Amino acid sequence: MVERTPILNFVTHLVLFIGFVLAVAPFVIVAIAASHNLKDVNDVPMPLLPGSDFWLNIKTAWTTADLGPKLLNSFIMAAGVAAGKVIISALTAFSIVYFRYPGRTFIFWLIFVTLMLPLEVRIVPTYAVVANVLSPYQTILDVTGLSWLIEKISGVRIALSFGLLNSYTGLILPLIATATGTFLYRQFFLTVPDELTEAARMDGAGALRFFIDILLPLSRTNMAALGTIMFLWAWNQYLWPLLVTTDQSHATAVTELKQLIPNIGGIPEWNIAMAGTLIVMLPPLIVVVAMQRWFVRGLIATEK
Amino acid sequence: MEKRVTFSRRTIGILFAVPQLLLIFTFFYWPAGQAVYWSLTLQQPWGGGNIWVGLDNFRSILSSADYWNSIAASLVFAAISTGLAMFVALVLAALTDRQLTGSRFYRVVLIWPYGIAAPALALAFRFILAPEAGFMAVVNQAWPGFWDPGLDGVDAMASIIAAFSWKYVGYNFIFFLAAFQAIPRSLIEAAAMDGSGVIRRFRDIQFPLITPTIFFLLVINITESFQDSFGIVDIMTSGGPANATNLMVYKIYSDGFKGLDYSGAAAQSIILMLLIIVLTIFQFRFIERRVHYR
Amino acid sequence: MASITIRDVTKSYAKSQVVHGVDLDIASGDFVVILGPSGCGKSTLLRMIAGLEEISGGEIAIDGTVVNRLEPRERGCAMVFQNYALYPHMSVAQNIGYSLKVAGVPAAERTQRIQAVARILELEPMLDRKPAALSGGQRQRVAMGRAMIREPKVFLFDEPLSNLDAKLRVQMRSEIRKLHRRLNATSVFVTHDQVEAMTLADRLVVMNGGRVEQVGTPGEIYKRPASRFVATFVGAPAMNILEGVVELDGLSLLGDSRRLAIPRVGLPVGAKVAMGIRPEAVRLVAPGSQGALNATVDLVEELGAGRVIYVDLDGAAFSVVTSETVHPAPGETVGLKISPEDMHFFSSETGARLDVFKASVPVPAH
Repeated sequence: MVERTPILNFVTHLVLFIGFVLAVAPFVIVAIAASHNLKDVNDVPMPLLPGSDFWLNIKTAWTTADLGPKLLNSFIMAAGVAAGKVIISALTAFSIVYFRYPGRTFIFWLIFVTLMLPLEVRIVPTYAVVANVLSPYQTILDVTGLSWLIEKISGVRIALSFGLLNSYTGLILPLIATATGTFLYRQFFLTVPDELTEAARMDGAGALRFFIDILLPLSRTNMAALGTIMFLWAWNQYLWPLLVTTDQSHATAVTELKQLIPNIGGIPEWNIAMAGTLIVMLPPLIVVVAMQRWFVRGLIATEK
Repeated sequence: MEKRVTFSRRTIGILFAVPQLLLIFTFFYWPAGQAVYWSLTLQQPWGGGNIWVGLDNFRSILSSADYWNSIAASLVFAAISTGLAMFVALVLAALTDRQLTGSRFYRVVLIWPYGIAAPALALAFRFILAPEAGFMAVVNQAWPGFWDPGLDGVDAMASIIAAFSWKYVGYNFIFFLAAFQAIPRSLIEAAAMDGSGVIRRFRDIQFPLITPTIFFLLVINITESFQDSFGIVDIMTSGGPANATNLMVYKIYSDGFKGLDYSGAAAQSIILMLLIIVLTIFQFRFIERRVHYR
Repeated sequence: MASITIRDVTKSYAKSQVVHGVDLDIASGDFVVILGPSGCGKSTLLRMIAGLEEISGGEIAIDGTVVNRLEPRERGCAMVFQNYALYPHMSVAQNIGYSLKVAGVPAAERTQRIQAVARILELEPMLDRKPAALSGGQRQRVAMGRAMIREPKVFLFDEPLSNLDAKLRVQMRSEIRKLHRRLNATSVFVTHDQVEAMTLADRLVVMNGGRVEQVGTPGEIYKRPASRFVATFVGAPAMNILEGVVELDGLSLLGDSRRLAIPRVGLPVGAKVAMGIRPEAVRLVAPGSQGALNATVDLVEELGAGRVIYVDLDGAAFSVVTSETVHPAPGETVGLKISPEDMHFFSSETGARLDVFKASVPVPAH
């Protein structure tokens, strides 16, 4: 636009700069606090020049909260959720877009409804299911009288039990059980020209072959976007890992932050807490910066 | 929209959907149904039978002052943090969309906060807003006792609102900017030719065209304020002081897993589910409307 | 090489029927072009041969085997699509060789066959490129190569040239023709472009409204169109049609003002008839000449080699193609001379060709 709006331009720059400061300040403060010793960090006001204890604090936080294995757990969970999502959503979308079978619309809506209720609101019963993941099926057998029948016939009492607490499977699977992603793929598949499918059929490719050789390679950008979003989302999960990992061995980095909250009484070790915070917020931040394009694209595509 | 070309092997077709269906049955529909069942029974923790009590659980929840307090806190939290996060994001996105020098830089940096885990930023904000160290301590030095989220419910609420809004400004910014950039340049130029200035154009052209995004974000922000707030509350205030920040999801968690009151927690879950379903349906009405603009 | 037999084939979708009982025999090695306006069912028919559309009724047999229930890959057909349908993520070589890969052909043999096809189509230098890096004509050739490599019994072409610019289209046309001569495989080519159809076809099938209107060589179709639709659809500019009524002493045209004294054979008095004459069969003469019709010139289109003259014949639009060095100006009156042997007659009701007048000795108009 050629019009000259010097005052508005000044205001624009000013406001955006304030926005920038507000967005970045917490990162900076965390980093600076993480570099101070115990006395400096509790000074009022806290010195704004970095102190010299940065690596020491990082090391203390690392050992206090046992962040090594915890970060690994976080990584396994986030990668597992991202991979699971990317694969399972693609399979499901392929099924509802490329096939006609009775009940297809019903399945579509069954999946669609899962968008509505986040894990957090059905947390208690989900926990119970994960405690024994076969309990739904046990109940079905019991209620339908099947287990009674089987017991009568074979003399075997059916007691299905398979606990997923404190396991990666238990961490990952419930987080995959939503429709996010399925619709991303669906939208994309609908834009793939029909002629490509026909050409593949003429070339002799069946459904599975077409899916693997043609559709998935064409979906690469969508997979990257979805994978990025899901990785971040899973990495940042808190409530679910908190519940499922009663045992320390499977706890994630984000849940471990709680160990770093300074105790009431005594001088609060904010420098250590902030060092830990920095470590935990860094991996997703790196993902956001490195995968900015996919992140933005995926976010907009999955929510629509 | 439907595909013209499909594959004929129907059985294979359903097989592709089976993994997803098994997952959502086991981890979505069954627990959701379970929640309904539990809410209507008196549940012993982890087995030990249950008694059918009808709507008693709901009655006792709805007559509990604690629960109403939790709803009120949730609504206050949702209203203020959503308003704040959306307004700030809208302004920043509108200004970034003017594409002055540096706008590319802002486009990158302003979305960072959304990548951060709620508990991590909560811990950061807990320090920044700590009354005895950090930054509010400076204010407290000038006016002693001005700020103490550990004792003052309003201060605690303000703290979690600040933390949540900070994260969701980044989120809303992404969507607002995308919406602004989706407006055809020619439309803005046509308005400029018609003689309307920058502010006028924003009011008459850009703002009306992004109202669908506003409605969409409104619903998402409110829904997220119900769920993504958990980590923030747990790290910053643990629901205190005196239940001032005991938001609904946090209360479900503490009643269910700390108080071992599964029936009560289930009934609360049902109420929250209904609330979110209503919001989602509301959102679909506006998605339909959004189609009209295109 | 294979013959194709199509027997009473129909296609209906939920509400509408798009192909109504088509019968067609395609001999082994023939190049058959199906010509028709858009929506006439020609592509649907092709896709039913390919196995991409289910056959609602009737039977299609390839080499005597009924293929109604066979998957596309089991029919031995290869297809070239309108927009080429190249896999965008695969290189040219991969695109061409994909069907062999699916069929489990060993890599070494695959490479060798890809090379052979690429040599024929002059694609060798670009085997490693992606489709996006190719020009329209090159993409077209890749699509052909993909069909060729399978050495199919039948080649199917679904308007493959319509996305090319005019010059390239002419070039590809002759390449396809040459290729057919070389491979001699049965080919079915669908198009709405009559020039393409006329130049390519051994045999031409004209379709309209889901039905076959006429089957024949291009020459037959042009010279003896079996229906009014074929007559007006094939040939450019389109055949002139004048409506007329059979009378005792002949045929009156243009609402009584002109009369062709043609003996009435086998048609009742009062029957409505359409007389057709190709623009290139009309001769321009001086107005008022013996046996000529007078008309007013509306518009002259210069073609270089000749010109098209649009005239007004008592309210009816009429076109004349002439290569003579006459330059009538708009508004001028010209004489049109029509030889009776160039006239075509069609029933006004059914559109079917009437050969009743043809045998009789023509009498000039008065």
